[in-house]
Amino acid sequence: MPHSTAPGPMRPEEVDEDDILPDAPQQVSDHTKEEGKTDMTDSASQSEDSTSEAPRIDVKVEDLFDDADDDEEDEFSGSRVLNPGNESSPPEAPLPCAQSAKYTDPEVMLAFYQRLFPFRYLYQWLNHSMKPSNDFGHREFAFTLQNDAYLRYQSFPTGDLLRREILRLNPSRFEIGPVYTANPRDRKTLRKSTAFRPMAKELVFDIDLTDYDEIRTCCNKANICHKCWSFVTMAIKVVDAALREDFGFQHIMWVYSGRRGAHAWISDKRARNMDDQKRKALAGYLEVIKGGAQSGKKVNVKRPLHPHLARSLDILREHFQRDILEDQDPWAEPEKAERLLRLLPDKVLNDSLRKKWDAAPGRSSVSKWADIDALAKTGASKTLDGRALLEAKQDIVLEYTYPRLDVEVSKKKIHLLKSPFVIHPGTGRVCVPIDTKRLAKFDPLGVPTVTELLGEIDAFDGQTTEESDVKKTQDYEKTGLRPYVEYFRTYVAGLLREEKGVKRERETGNAMEF
Amino acid sequence: MIRQDYNRIDPKRRSAIDYKKKQFAVPTYKQQDYPHRLSLYETPPTAEITLEQFEQWAIDRLRVLAEIEACSFRNKTPAETAAHVTPLLQKWLPLHSNTSSSVGSQDENLKLERQKDHYSHFILRLAFSSTEDLRRRFARIESALFKLRFQNDDAKERQTFVESLQFDWEVVSEEEKRALGADLLNATPGMKRQDAEEAGWFKVDFEMVAELVEGRRVFLKAGKAYVPVREQMSMVLAGFNARLDKGLELAARALPRLDEDDRLTPILVHLSKNFATPDSTLSDSDSALPGAPINPSSIDPLSQHFPLCMRNLQMTLRKNSHLKHFGRLQYTLFLKGIGLTLEDCLIFWRQAFKLITDDTFNKEYRYNIRHAYGDVGGDAIRRGRGYSPFSCQKILTEHPPGSGESHGCPYRHFSVDNLTTLLQTTGVSDRDVLRGVKEDVEKKRFHIACNRVFEWAHKGDIKRVKEDDSWGAAELDTIVHPNTYFKRSYLLKTGGAAAVKGDEMEI
Ligand SMILES: [Zn+2]
Repeated sequence: MPHSTAPGPMRPEEVDEDDILPDAPQQVSDHTKEEGKTDMTDSASQSEDSTSEAPRIDVKVEDLFDDADDDEEDEFSGSRVLNPGNESSPPEAPLPCAQSAKYTDPEVMLAFYQRLFPFRYLYQWLNHSMKPSNDFGHREFAFTLQNDAYLRYQSFPTGDLLRREILRLNPSRFEIGPVYTANPRDRKTLRKSTAFRPMAKELVFDIDLTDYDEIRTCCNKANICHKCWSFVTMAIKVVDAALREDFGFQHIMWVYSGRRGAHAWISDKRARNMDDQKRKALAGYLEVIKGGAQSGKKVNVKRPLHPHLARSLDILREHFQRDILEDQDPWAEPEKAERLLRLLPDKVLNDSLRKKWDAAPGRSSVSKWADIDALAKTGASKTLDGRALLEAKQDIVLEYTYPRLDVEVSKKKIHLLKSPFVIHPGTGRVCVPIDTKRLAKFDPLGVPTVTELLGEIDAFDGQTTEESDVKKTQDYEKTGLRPYVEYFRTYVAGLLREEKGVKRERETGNAMEF
Repeated sequence: MIRQDYNRIDPKRRSAIDYKKKQFAVPTYKQQDYPHRLSLYETPPTAEITLEQFEQWAIDRLRVLAEIEACSFRNKTPAETAAHVTPLLQKWLPLHSNTSSSVGSQDENLKLERQKDHYSHFILRLAFSSTEDLRRRFARIESALFKLRFQNDDAKERQTFVESLQFDWEVVSEEEKRALGADLLNATPGMKRQDAEEAGWFKVDFEMVAELVEGRRVFLKAGKAYVPVREQMSMVLAGFNARLDKGLELAARALPRLDEDDRLTPILVHLSKNFATPDSTLSDSDSALPGAPINPSSIDPLSQHFPLCMRNLQMTLRKNSHLKHFGRLQYTLFLKGIGLTLEDCLIFWRQAFKLITDDTFNKEYRYNIRHAYGDVGGDAIRRGRGYSPFSCQKILTEHPPGSGESHGCPYRHFSVDNLTTLLQTTGVSDRDVLRGVKEDVEKKRFHIACNRVFEWAHKGDIKRVKEDDSWGAAELDTIVHPNTYFKRSYLLKTGGAAAVKGDEMEI
C-alpha cells in the first residue's frame, strides 16, 4: 500500500524557514558577478524572506558553483565597506560631491542616486504609464548592499518610494525582475504558492564579450578595447534587426552593461507577456553558435539560408573584413591557421594552402582569407566542390561575427537583470542606454564614470555665479550623463504613447461588446 | 520514471469513500457527445461515473503515459516510440476512428472509448496539477500522446477535426505570396519551389508556432509566421499545449477546494505518488559500495569505471587543475553518489585545484561542495540529503556546455571527431564499436552509444555473470544513470556477485 507507507512530502512546518547561512555573505557576490545577471530559476517558491531585518540570502546550488575564478575577480571584493547610512534616513541636504572619492565609496554611490539617477523615467519605463499600476507595484527589485548582502522581492508602489528606499539602503547595484501576480512583499501570506507567479517581464538579451574569448585576440576576460567592442556592435545590429523586422517589436532599448557587454530590454506588450516556452523559442531562433570547448564546428546551418541568416550575413560581411580579418587577425600564427583549415571542406585545397602559408610565415589573415579563393580558382584541387567551399566560408564568417548570446538569460521570465543607469562596481561606469542610431559612435571607454559626473556637477556649480541658474538646472544636465538621460526620456515617452493607444483601443473595443 | 505500481487504492481506505460520487465540475447531468476521435480537452466532464471507473480509467491512462515517458527517457525515435506504445494504447486506452463503425460517432462503443479518454485525461490533470514539476511532466507526456494519435488519425477525419478548432489562421493571399517570393521558400526547409507556389500558406502570430520559430523553420515578418499547410500539426499541437497549460493551472487552483472532498483526495494522491520524480530515487544505499576503497586518492584508479562524461571531467580536471561551474557541480554530485564522503570530497577538490591558495579554495569552493552534500544551504527542503546525482536525462537535456566548459554528455556534446579521440584515449579501440557509436550518435541515441561502449568494455564479465546466472536481466538493463554505470562496472570488474540493486531504481 504505497500511499500509506511512502514517506509523505515534508510538511511546511517541518521546513526550517529560518535557515540563514552563517557563511553566506562571502558567497553571494557570485550571484551578480557576471555583469549583474542572476539565475533565479524556480527560486520564487523556496525563497528567503528578504523583508526581515537581517538580510537573508537566496542560494541555489547552481549559483554557488558560479565561476568566481572564470571572471576576473571584481575589484570591489577587497573593499567591502559596511554602509554607514544603512540605518539612518536619507540625508536632507544634497551630499557634497567628493571629487577625490573613489567610485566604490558609499558616499559617492549615495550622491549618485540622490542627484543623478533618473528614477522618474525608470518608473515610467517599468510602469508603462504615469499612473501607479501593478506593472510597477508588483515588480520585483533586488538590491545588492554595500556589504554584499542580497535582498530579493523588494517592491514599491511608486518610483518615489523606490527612490527613498534606495537612498536609505544605498545598494551598490540593483536588479529588475518580473511583474508578479501579487505583490512580491505579500508572497508569504498567500494561501497557495501558485497564487504567486511571475506574470510579465521585458524580453531581455545579454551579450558578454567573455563569450568571445576563443575568437578575440586583442583582449580576454573582463578587459575590452575598441577592437573587440565591435563584436558587441555587430551583435546589436543583427539582433535588433531580427527583433524589429521578424518579430515586429518596436520598443527595444540597448544598455551598456558597464564593462564588457550590453543588455537589451524589449518592452512591447507582446514581448512582456510571452511565457518561458515562447522566450525559449525566440532565443532558439536567434541562436546560431552552438557547442562547448570540444564540439568542433560551431555553425551548422541549413541551406538555403533562412532569411534571418541571409540578412545577418549581409550585415556582418563588411565587419568581417574590417573588424575580424584586419583588426583581430585571427589566423596569424600557423596553429591558429590550422583552425581555419579545419573549417574548410577540401583536403587537397587545404594542403596547398598550408604549403603556401608555411612558406610565408606571418602572412596576415586578410591575405590568408583571399588565398582560399585564389588557390581554388587556379584548380589546385580537382575534387573541389565550389558550393561546399562557399558555404563553408559563409559558416566561417558567421562563426567569427554572429552574436554569441547568453540565451539562458532570455529564456526565463523570472530572471533578474541589472537595472539601466546603475554603476558597474568594477569600472565605476554608468550603465547607459546605447542609441542604436549612433551605434558606431558608441564608445564604451568614453562612458562617464560616477566620479567624473559628480565632479562635473561641482565644476558647473562653481562656475555659475547666479544662484538661480544652479537651482533651475537639473543635476544631470550639468554632466556628461545628459544625452543618455535625454535619450532614455524620449524612448520612454514613445513607449508610453503607444501603451496609451493600446489601452484606449482596448477600452473602446470592450465598450462595443456591450 | 513512473513506477510500475498500478495497484488500486487500499480497500480499507476505500470504505471511507462513497460508492458513487459526483463529478468535480459543476454537474449538468448532460451526456457529452464526441463527434471527433481527437480532443483538445477543453470542456471538463460533467456526467456521473462510478468511483471504480474514476480510478480504473485513470490508472489505465497512467500505464500508457508511463510508457511514453520511458521511451523519451531512453531517447527512442518517434517511430520506435509509436511502435512500442501503439499496442499498449490498443489495450488500455483504445480510440477508434468514426470510419471504424457503420454508424460513425453514434456507435456506443466509440462513445465509451471517447468518454474514457476524456475523463481519464481530466482526472490525471487534477492529480498532477499540484506542483510545477508534475504539471510540466504531465503536459509533456500528454502532448506526446496527442501528437502520436494525431499523426495516426485518418487523414479525412483529422481534417474535419482541425477545421472544427476555429484557430485564428489567416490565409496568405496570392499577391503577398508572390511578393515574398524566395523568402518563403528559403525559410521553410524541405519545401520545393513548385510546392511553395502552389501550396496554401497561413499567417499566424509567431507565438502560435513556437516550435517552428525555435528551429528557424518558418518565415517571420512583423510578428507573423508564414506557415505552410503541412505544418498544421505543429500549430494544432501548440494549441493543444497552450490549452493544457492553462487547464493545469486552473486545476491547481481548484485543488484546495477538492481537499474537502474526502472521496477523491485519497485516489488523486495515490495516483500522483505513482508519478515519482526521476532524480529522487537514487538513494545512498542504492549507490554505495560496501567495502570499496572510495577516498580522494582512489578516484584516479577508479575512474576507469566511470562513464565517459565523468571520465572526461576527471581528465580535464587533471589537465587544467580546474573545472568550470557546471562541471564541478556534475562531478561533485557524481562523486557523492559513488560514496565519497564530504570530508574526502573536500580533500579531493583541494588537491585537484593545484593552482589556487587554501584561502581562495575556502572562500570560493568549500561552501559549494558542502552545499551539494546538503551540509549547508538555504534550500531547506532539500537539506538533509543535498542534491541528487544527475541522471543521463538531466545531463543530456539541461545546460548544454558553452565555450570552454567540459560538463554534459560527450556522446551528445562532442563533435564526432573529438568523441572518437576521447574514446580512443580511454582505451576504446575496437573499430566496430567506434563505428557503432558514430551511428548511434548520428541517430541521437546517446544512451545506446554509452551502453554500447559499456557492453564492449565488460563483455567478458557480462558473459560470465550471465553464464553463472549470478546477475539477472534487470541488473543488466540499459544504463540511464552515470552512477549506475560506475557501480555496475566496478562490481563486474571486481567480480562482485552482489545484486545491483540500484539498477531497479527508476524503471
Ligand atoms: Zn579588445
